[in-house]
Amino acid sequence: MALTVVSQIFPREMIPAVLPLIEDKLQHSKEIIRRKAVQALYKFYLIAPNQVQHIHDKFRKALCDRDVGVMAASLHIYLKMVKENASGYKGLTESFVTILKQVVGGKLPIDFNYHSVPAPWLQIQLLRILGLLGKDDPRTSELMYDVLDESLRRAEINHNMTYAILFECVQTIYTIYPKSDLLEKAAKCIGKFVRASKINLKYLGLKALTYVVQQDPNLALQHQMTIIECLDHPDPIIKRETLELLYRITNEQNVTVIVQKMLDYLRQSKEEYTIISLTGKIAELAEKYAPDNEWFIQTMSAVFSVGGDVMHPDIPNNFLRLLAEGFDDEKEDGQLRLYAVQTYLSLLEEEDTLYPQKFIQVMSWVLGEYSYLVNDGDPEVIITRLYRLLKQTFVTSETKAWIMSAVTKMASRIPCSKTVDTLIQEFSTSLDTCLRQYAFELKHLCENKELMKTLLPSGASCYEIVVDASLSFLDGYVAEGLSSGAAPYKPQHQRQEEKLSQEKALNFEPYGLSFTSSVSSSGFTGRQSPAGLSLSSDVSGNSAELGQKETSCLQLDGVKKLWGKDGYLPKKENKMGKEDETQSVAQDSILVGHIVDPPLIQPKQQVASLSEEEKEKQQLASKLFVGLGTNSVISLMGKADTTTQKFKRKSKVNETQNSEEASSIQNIATLPFSPLPDVMPNNKENFQGNEHLELRKVSLSSSKVLEASVSFDSSQSLTEADLDEKLSDYRPSTSSLFADSNIEVFQPSQCVPELVTKKVSLSPCLPGELANHPHSEIIGLCSSDILTVYSCKVWTDDCLLLVLFVGNKSTSPVKTVNLMFESSEHFKIVESLRCHFLIIEAQSMESCQKCIQLEKICTKGILSGSISYHLDTDTHLEFSLTFSLSDFIRPMEITTEDFGKLWLSFSNDVKQNFKMSPSQGSLSIALNTLKQKLKLHIVEIIGNEGIAACRLLPSVPCLLHCRTHARTLALWLRSSCSALPDSLLYECQKVMEES
Amino acid sequence: MIKFFLMVNKQGQTRLSRYYEHVEIPKRTMLEAAVIKKCLSRSKEQCSFIEYKDFKLVYRQYAALFIVVGISETENEMAIYELIHNFVEVLDRYFSRVTYPKSDPSPGQRGLGAIPCRVHQLHHVPSVTVHKDQYTLPE
Repeated sequence: MALTVVSQIFPREMIPAVLPLIEDKLQHSKEIIRRKAVQALYKFYLIAPNQVQHIHDKFRKALCDRDVGVMAASLHIYLKMVKENASGYKGLTESFVTILKQVVGGKLPIDFNYHSVPAPWLQIQLLRILGLLGKDDPRTSELMYDVLDESLRRAEINHNMTYAILFECVQTIYTIYPKSDLLEKAAKCIGKFVRASKINLKYLGLKALTYVVQQDPNLALQHQMTIIECLDHPDPIIKRETLELLYRITNEQNVTVIVQKMLDYLRQSKEEYTIISLTGKIAELAEKYAPDNEWFIQTMSAVFSVGGDVMHPDIPNNFLRLLAEGFDDEKEDGQLRLYAVQTYLSLLEEEDTLYPQKFIQVMSWVLGEYSYLVNDGDPEVIITRLYRLLKQTFVTSETKAWIMSAVTKMASRIPCSKTVDTLIQEFSTSLDTCLRQYAFELKHLCENKELMKTLLPSGASCYEIVVDASLSFLDGYVAEGLSSGAAPYKPQHQRQEEKLSQEKALNFEPYGLSFTSSVSSSGFTGRQSPAGLSLSSDVSGNSAELGQKETSCLQLDGVKKLWGKDGYLPKKENKMGKEDETQSVAQDSILVGHIVDPPLIQPKQQVASLSEEEKEKQQLASKLFVGLGTNSVISLMGKADTTTQKFKRKSKVNETQNSEEASSIQNIATLPFSPLPDVMPNNKENFQGNEHLELRKVSLSSSKVLEASVSFDSSQSLTEADLDEKLSDYRPSTSSLFADSNIEVFQPSQCVPELVTKKVSLSPCLPGELANHPHSEIIGLCSSDILTVYSCKVWTDDCLLLVLFVGNKSTSPVKTVNLMFESSEHFKIVESLRCHFLIIEAQSMESCQKCIQLEKICTKGILSGSISYHLDTDTHLEFSLTFSLSDFIRPMEITTEDFGKLWLSFSNDVKQNFKMSPSQGSLSIALNTLKQKLKLHIVEIIGNEGIAACRLLPSVPCLLHCRTHARTLALWLRSSCSALPDSLLYECQKVMEES
Repeated sequence: MIKFFLMVNKQGQTRLSRYYEHVEIPKRTMLEAAVIKKCLSRSKEQCSFIEYKDFKLVYRQYAALFIVVGISETENEMAIYELIHNFVEVLDRYFSRVTYPKSDPSPGQRGLGAIPCRVHQLHHVPSVTVHKDQYTLPE
């Protein structure tokens, strides 16, 4: 009973305390106790996987337990583990197959039968595990064909339970590497399901079919008639499932019918969740397979009007982007837009119809942007219609802003209009400040038609607006500010560090997160897009899209900023405003977009609180950058940095469409980011804060100053010329970006480790500067007849470098070799996941370096990747690398005093006792072993107590306290990061067991 | 994954609930009400699986008693459907006199009193594998 309670209510902190007790229970003589113990462990595994890692072999024992109950319980753990890492458990496939064979063969005690089906839930569990194991793996799948066949055959008694098993079988068969014989049988099974009269079975059949058609669309053809029947089924659930199925088999030919059916269903359903998911699907299908323009517009209109305001904001945004960007064919675009305008005009004609807000927003945007395409239409009429909408009460102010901007756009194209005049008059006194502002803008713009035309060029919505993320045009201003005594800007994280280093509360962990999120949000509030565009679309990183929005909300921003929303910097912003006017339209909008960030001037009190060495640093910095005439580099650092991160996020979101573009932006954004590696004072007192800073810089830095007079000693130095050539692909239009900047002294160039390519001989060896660092052996990762890939880990002080060597064994050069890493949840590769070699000469070797960062703490993780090259045919090789936590651990040198302070400030701690073997002897021997294996720094040893410190890269500290007492070693770990002590303890344990 | 397990009578009162994922107490009441409404509105001819928000409901009716199980998308509905039946069979055997707790008030009270601890014991692993003997073992 106690075991049951344990698994129900135990918080993670208490697990280490009871773990040994439960482990003991695994050996208990009573089956029920053993089973409960396994279940408790399963629960622990769910809560804190790291803590039970060392008893994996005990699970294995449980799997082989003679009692079925215990074995069944252990399956849960395996299912979970296999789900996370299938490749690690391939070896167990045979055991699972054997178990399943026994179960299916009725070898279990009769007690386990349910309606004469032997242990059905157990079977399902096993089938699921097998499916996961056999996925895309012909060899493992080979093992299970027999048993699957057997299961299919046995499960022919007509009972619900057997159907459940069959369903699972079918799913497994279609998941694993296919075998025609089995597929055929499975297909037959599905047929039986779908045609069954029992409704539950039908449902199951449809579900199976949905799953299966992804692999084999032909199967759906066989059941055409049944599917059609199901579509008209009275039960909405069945209908829903059928639609799901249809969604999977949609193609160009049948899209019209399927979407029609989906819309019908959509109109009937009232549940919010269904509407959201269905509208998303319809929009996706419509975009993908639309047969013609009319249909597309109509479908989208239907989606907008039904989906209304609950649907995902991406749908209207994507739709608008599609309209704006158009396809390849100019004429087609025109037609599409024209048709859209016509449709919406006629829709607006009907009075007293309530449209959802989002739909009105879309309509007004389209009308504002493209109404000029309608030749015979009088803009006056359209404006009148929009005006009528404006006066409706159901329209929210956000939508009104959309309409207003549409009116503004149209007003620019007609000489003068009465409606516009009345509109201006009416809304100049509106209570809604936003609308009032619009009205005033419109009024002023109407007075100056010339300006209006330049500001709002027709059809310009998708011209790319180059974003100067470096804000270089502000440099002059910043320099001025600096010369008049203002403190140089420091990025937020730096400021926080300063504060923290004074408080001695070193909690580094949350920075990254809070920092980026706060910056990005401030960036967005700064823009205050009146068009109310959703954040997610703003974040898409597609500059075209960005541009489009800028135009639609352009002149409002400009005016607004003049007023200064901050209050803190009215003067500065005023000046900005003036500058803006002289700038081109594009620049204007961008400036406005980022203007909130430039209030980078620090509050006075902060300046006062600057610590000594901070000043020292600034002096050094200003010396270093004397030639640059401005300190703005420093201020830009933070900015560029954040932009990078922002864009990185975006690129994840939108990877499929824009990764190319996003990454180019990324490169550009990082250019002005200059590291100051030797500015760091060697002050031990504030070692950590600085350390952190430096690491950040170094690890994030992707560009450096190549001014002749300034020389950096950097281990990653490389020859300029060589690089410039290689970089040419990676640097699109940097020159245009910097055209108006006054930091020409910068010769933007990247020293991204990944690009450091060097010719080496065919046997891999590390370049000199890296070979001095501790490094692992060079091991072969994968090879083909032509290429061999080797890898080597280099543990430098501030990062984990992975050096990959690609050797060409053949006698002819290999061209366009691409190395790609898969993104992993645990690791992050700085800069980019890919590495590209234009050519690898015959019998030669190229190398590239990647800086790996640990994103999420884990004791062991796998980073997989692939290399592809083209030689006659495309060849693709896969490899995987294992990293352990210790790869990311570095010694942390601190004094005993600091240790004491830090120790008190950390809240996450873990304790555990180990038995020491006689060979390990004294504490100092044990600690030294840990030091060597885990790269700890031993701070002090006093008697039978010792303290050590280490940090997880970049600089998450972890402190270790150990005490020996009668052959037991008590380890006590504390860190600012919650997951770190657990994992590190596990590493320690491993080391102790090994030695 | 089983998310929750509900026993509800036809009047919509919850007789027993067990959650395997954390749901706030006020939200539970709302969820239960919504779930029951959905189940009650369905006729016998309609299928016993319903989609609700981002998960699925599997229900089975025994006289006046509904047993509803909330499961994730990936779960095998039919297996759960049978699991319910198995559970009821076990209850039936364990409280030999009680056929269906709610239909017969006096023994039903007794039965329901005892059920929580049974379920408690049986279902602590989210996707329970149930065997007959597991239920009938003495405490």
